Amino acid sequence: MLKSRSLLILLSLVIYLFVSSTDMMARKRRSGQLTIQGSTTVLPIAQRCAEEFMREHPEANISVRGGGSGVGLAALIDGTIDIADASRAIKTKELKKARAKGVNPVGHVVAKDVIAVILHPENPVNGLTKSQLKAIYTGAINRWNEVGGSSDVIVVVSRDVASGTFEVFNKLALDKQRVRPDALMQASNKAVATTVAAAKGAIGYVGLGYLSDKVKPIAIDGVMPSVETAQSGTYPLARPLYMYTDGKPTGLAKKFIDFVLGPKGQRIVREEGFVPVK
Amino acid sequence: MHWRWREVLIKYILLFFALASIFFLMGIVIVLFKEGLPVFRIVRVKDFIFGRSWYPTYDPPDFGILPLILSSLWVTFGALIIAIPLGVSAATYISEVAHPRVKEIAKPVVELLAGIPSVVYGFFGMVIIAPWLQNVFDLPTGLTCLTASVILGFMALPTVVSISEDAISAVPFSYKEASYALGATKWETISKVTVPAAISGITTAIILGIGRAIGETMTVLMVAGGAAVIPRSFLQPVRPMTATIAAEMGEAPVGSDHYHALFGIAIVLFIITLGFNLLADHLATTFRRKMGG
Repeated sequence: MLKSRSLLILLSLVIYLFVSSTDMMARKRRSGQLTIQGSTTVLPIAQRCAEEFMREHPEANISVRGGGSGVGLAALIDGTIDIADASRAIKTKELKKARAKGVNPVGHVVAKDVIAVILHPENPVNGLTKSQLKAIYTGAINRWNEVGGSSDVIVVVSRDVASGTFEVFNKLALDKQRVRPDALMQASNKAVATTVAAAKGAIGYVGLGYLSDKVKPIAIDGVMPSVETAQSGTYPLARPLYMYTDGKPTGLAKKFIDFVLGPKGQRIVREEGFVPVK
Repeated sequence: MHWRWREVLIKYILLFFALASIFFLMGIVIVLFKEGLPVFRIVRVKDFIFGRSWYPTYDPPDFGILPLILSSLWVTFGALIIAIPLGVSAATYISEVAHPRVKEIAKPVVELLAGIPSVVYGFFGMVIIAPWLQNVFDLPTGLTCLTASVILGFMALPTVVSISEDAISAVPFSYKEASYALGATKWETISKVTVPAAISGITTAIILGIGRAIGETMTVLMVAGGAAVIPRSFLQPVRPMTATIAAEMGEAPVGSDHYHALFGIAIVLFIITLGFNLLADHLATTFRRKMGG
């Protein structure tokens, strides 16, 4: 009896120590290092830029975390991080909160996120209007002949609802309306492209970096997705990606943002499937 | 060192390792419930389990997992339709009919199927089975419930064959002798005596096969299609619970309602598989008692 009780105490102690130590590790913030947190869309850019930057500056210690744009901006306002990644501009509500705390968020556009709508190469449709696209994804249009194609059933392919790509598409193309429930939710850009390449009646969307000759990108409102149309702002399914700092960046933060905006950082931006700002 | 001390030392080292797995299991269960239960502050248990739409990231969100639960059950049911006849016949053949030399090769080979990584099965399904089914049934897409069922059926085979074979082999020889003595043929003996005598062992095998199929993640994520609708046919895309967790957990902000809801799904899945395992365990005990007595 006594033995099993002491065992139970030991067990709970071990679990407690384990949980609390990981907690502490997450909260601890050493001075002299750069902490970045925020949008999971920007995460791959920030992550790879941080790795490259630390290789060039061995004395720098940059930690990058995800969590989402809202989480990152909230942490910046609370003063627990140095740079907040965001896949949207800061909201007025957040700005007010920041001012109240004496924080002055300054945004830097580091890349553009462009989403290409793709079809099976044999599909005769070459372009859709934004309202047709919305009708297809929300379930109002079910067959290709309603938008000038064959009589095939439209197979709607989407990213899973937690992904950054879905978030942009949902906001820019669907005005935040719900995607039809029978849409095929795929867990990666690659899986969307594979699914569309395999089904003749399929429609999907991927980041610009995932285009291949196995799928066909189409024009939206008459504009084809490309680096140029994204930079000029004529392509509708594109959005800027930000890094926010408290006031004008200084020291390590300034060095890092300059690095991201410099040729090496912008090359990483392109390699990760985004559009460079310059 | 005195041998007695060494014995004691070894005993405690073994005790530590034995307890380690219990620590980890308990840790997992604690975390599962700690992270999953908060979802029921936002949505009632009834609305969570019987809700028909899964829109976790919208404003306002919908956390209904009925389509996901039903998808899991449909896919598993389809897998069983494939795995039970194939598996039980294979087990009967290996145990009762096959030449000992064939048995020596066949059983390990079937068990080897269990060693293939699930992502390989998934890839096989995506590249071979899905396009084939799409062609045969003239479907808009080959990623369907049936595709997932076929692959999962094959994945559950080693479990079903191996355990059924053990059960059939364990039937006392005296049963068969008695049957032959009454003038029964080999086929009559197998179908009326041996297999019925092993039925609780075979049932255990099937239930463990269900557990294998319902918990499989990678394969269903790759081939089931991922449409969160209530299934009405085997030829439509579905979205099992495991696939939902795997697809969305990576990008759901830690501590958000969506995150807790995914853990909530994991709790439901945990309870379902725990139930199946307890059932299998119970049947196995009954089986041992019956055969041993």
